[in-house]
Amino acid sequence: MRGSRPTEKIMSGCAISGILNRRGKCFSGKEIMDSIALMHDRSNGLGGGFAAYGIYPDHKDEYAIHMFYDDLEAKEKVDYFLNRHFVILVSEKIPTREVEAINNPPIIWRYFVRPDERKLSESGLEEDEYVAQSVMNINANYRGAFVVSSGKNMGVFKGVGYPEDIGEFYKLEEYEAYLWTAHGRFPTNTPGWWGGAHPFTLLDWSIVHNGEISSYGANKRYLEMFDYKCTMQTDTEAITYLFDLMLRKHNLPLEVAVKAVAAPLWSEVERMDDEEAKLVKSIRAVYGSALLNGPFSIILGHKDGFLALNDRIKLRPLVVAEDEERTYVASEEAAIREICSKPEKLWSPRGGEPVIGLLEGRSGV
Amino acid sequence: MSLNYNNPEFVIERDQDKCIECRVCARQCANEAHFYDEDLERMREEDINCVNCHRCVTLCPTNALVIKEYPLEYKKNSNWTGGMISNIQKQANTGGILLTGMGNPTDKKIYWDHILLNASQVTNPSIDPLREPMELKTILGRKPDKVEFDEEGKVKDLPPQLELETPIMFGAMSFGSISINACKSLAQAANEMGMMYNTGEGGLHEDLYPYKDRTIVQVASGRFGVHQEYLNAGAAIEIKIGQGAKPGIGGHLPGEKVGEEVSKTRMIPKGTDAISPAPHHDIYSIEDLRQLIYALKEATNYEKPVSVKIAAVHNVAAIASGIASAGADIIAIDGYRGGTGAAPTMIRDNVGIPIELALAAVDSRLREQSLRNKVSLVVSGSIRNSADIVKAVALGADAVYVASAALIALGCHMCQKCYTGKCNWGIATQNPELVKRLNPEIGVERVKNLIEGWSHEIKEILGGMGINALESLRGNRLMLRGIDLTEKELEILGIKHAGE
Repeated sequence: MRGSRPTEKIMSGCAISGILNRRGKCFSGKEIMDSIALMHDRSNGLGGGFAAYGIYPDHKDEYAIHMFYDDLEAKEKVDYFLNRHFVILVSEKIPTREVEAINNPPIIWRYFVRPDERKLSESGLEEDEYVAQSVMNINANYRGAFVVSSGKNMGVFKGVGYPEDIGEFYKLEEYEAYLWTAHGRFPTNTPGWWGGAHPFTLLDWSIVHNGEISSYGANKRYLEMFDYKCTMQTDTEAITYLFDLMLRKHNLPLEVAVKAVAAPLWSEVERMDDEEAKLVKSIRAVYGSALLNGPFSIILGHKDGFLALNDRIKLRPLVVAEDEERTYVASEEAAIREICSKPEKLWSPRGGEPVIGLLEGRSGV
Repeated sequence: MSLNYNNPEFVIERDQDKCIECRVCARQCANEAHFYDEDLERMREEDINCVNCHRCVTLCPTNALVIKEYPLEYKKNSNWTGGMISNIQKQANTGGILLTGMGNPTDKKIYWDHILLNASQVTNPSIDPLREPMELKTILGRKPDKVEFDEEGKVKDLPPQLELETPIMFGAMSFGSISINACKSLAQAANEMGMMYNTGEGGLHEDLYPYKDRTIVQVASGRFGVHQEYLNAGAAIEIKIGQGAKPGIGGHLPGEKVGEEVSKTRMIPKGTDAISPAPHHDIYSIEDLRQLIYALKEATNYEKPVSVKIAAVHNVAAIASGIASAGADIIAIDGYRGGTGAAPTMIRDNVGIPIELALAAVDSRLREQSLRNKVSLVVSGSIRNSADIVKAVALGADAVYVASAALIALGCHMCQKCYTGKCNWGIATQNPELVKRLNPEIGVERVKNLIEGWSHEIKEILGGMGINALESLRGNRLMLRGIDLTEKELEILGIKHAGE
């Protein structure tokens, strides 16, 4: 069943996994599906999904908009909106195959678009901001329509079901990406909603997340001051927007954003040298409301690589491994060993310690 | 003089079998409610003088004393209560304004008691503060929207900030309204606990200069004790526009309490009433407030945050928003249950609105206008326990001022007679014989214990919610549920009802 958008916040436990080829070589979705499938018991069949970077080389300069529609009426309305604000180069159904375990999917569509030149210049906005506002507008105001992803040369494939079934449904073995992330979901009290599955995205940012954020109420109200509307009733949406705010709108270095969401403990600050202590204190003073509290592990995907991060007292599992070309992250070591039996390095990052995987030659996410 | 129609409020019951006539009660009672009757050769009492401050009860070595409400039963009447009748008789005697002390005691809804807190179960582990870090550090002051870096990539300085180890400060209480020993107890406790205390509008006694890093110096409409050195002596400056116990009028220190030291500190003649004007006579509008804020910043070289304190009144949200845009770094809001050393009874009990509603309205308004992250919000009036603090922070406060609770820790028994200057506990008095009853060294320990106890409790509650830093609770109204509240009340508080 397709489910409907919930009216209260949904709590869930989860499995996450990610693979980056640091040299930018693209590889099929089969491995990420094997990795997430190994952690089958960490999800309950009510949500699974994948983010893939590098899959649309022929359209790499256009925004790839992945959509869910409950019905054709919703699609017509959004088509009208997109036609008015964008130039649509491609509009097509995303190919899927029949899978026994996947029932009643929504209409799954993708567009490759460019902002309408005149509208863009009239708006006075940067191109990314123009797209971000359009996405939030659709999600907040168009009933029965949901923007699944909106970045360039990337896309998200998700739905209600176990992640391995979702991968099969979307024929992910046919896509090739240099960065894959995946998610298996275990929500506690919802029949499952296609839009509620992870990853959550905005522009190039995608987030898969295991955990529950006890600071959600504070984060959400903070984001509202910067015109973000949290309408999905999930923590993950708020995390996505926090990174978008700090990295894109405030143009902060990634390390600074990390120190905001997983702030070093004050007891650690006392041991820092003056300059670093001043930096951390300033970040904490200004971005205190962006601190993420509660148990979480996340993988933030982006066109240049990924950031994996635990809450600062490590209340959720996260393991990282590396071999010659690739970096792996997952909730469980076994999910890495399943696809890379002998990594060169394998470790558990400490709470609050960011793991940054980048394409070679890129200086920061 | 005609007959005094007033009756005693309290009756003193003395167990003559237990009484050993040691006369400690008579020596301890500044109100002269106890005396030794030479003819009868036993202790007797003058009930009408008793204010029920419990000093005699506490000190009686044989527990011979009990104070009770005077059992004077007027004919039952819900409209003309005993209190109403006795107030009229008092005024018929004197022609004066009814005066009172401490906060509004009337039986109106206390919203704190209609708000319930959340805790984690299963999906999100609670955190054990005995085994895991739990952070209460609070930073008050103006914040930019984003951190900025200079050309070398170094972080630029923020405007001046106050750093608190716990989200609690001692609210404004002047030297004059309270004794120097009470002031010292609070100042030293603030210093040792990493908090702030507030001078009120009484100036800064020279004995308190050592605690300047933990001092907020207040500038009120009377400008008592305000000079260049004073402004620079504190870590922050607070402009007092109003007070929850008496919105719309100025402070009032009865001449009885203006002795040598108070006179010197306030820069006023001995024995004169110190009555602050109702408005600041240089602030008749919001743009005037802006000028005073910047005058004070100029005078202190932009090194100290400036707070503006107002009483919670009907349109408090719009006022607070104006104060934020006028350049204040901190906004302090005092609810209608806030304490006072002296206030007209009618004003204390009838003017202003509850702090819970004012706080929710202000926090929401400042967020609508994207101002909330720029200024800090401090609330008071009244905060009675640590749960009130947790609820205040979840509604949107950065920190709270506590004053009455701190005085209770020092020995106050809430007799509400602060304005008489006869405080038997040595707190709200300037009589040297009474002042020395409060030992500041013991006072410091008692106040510190209170704050320590409350801070532990806040950590326990936070941990239960699965939160390990206070910032994650601030404005996090999902952690609150209402009970026994109307739709409208829930809407203003911005919280759901229990069960939702």
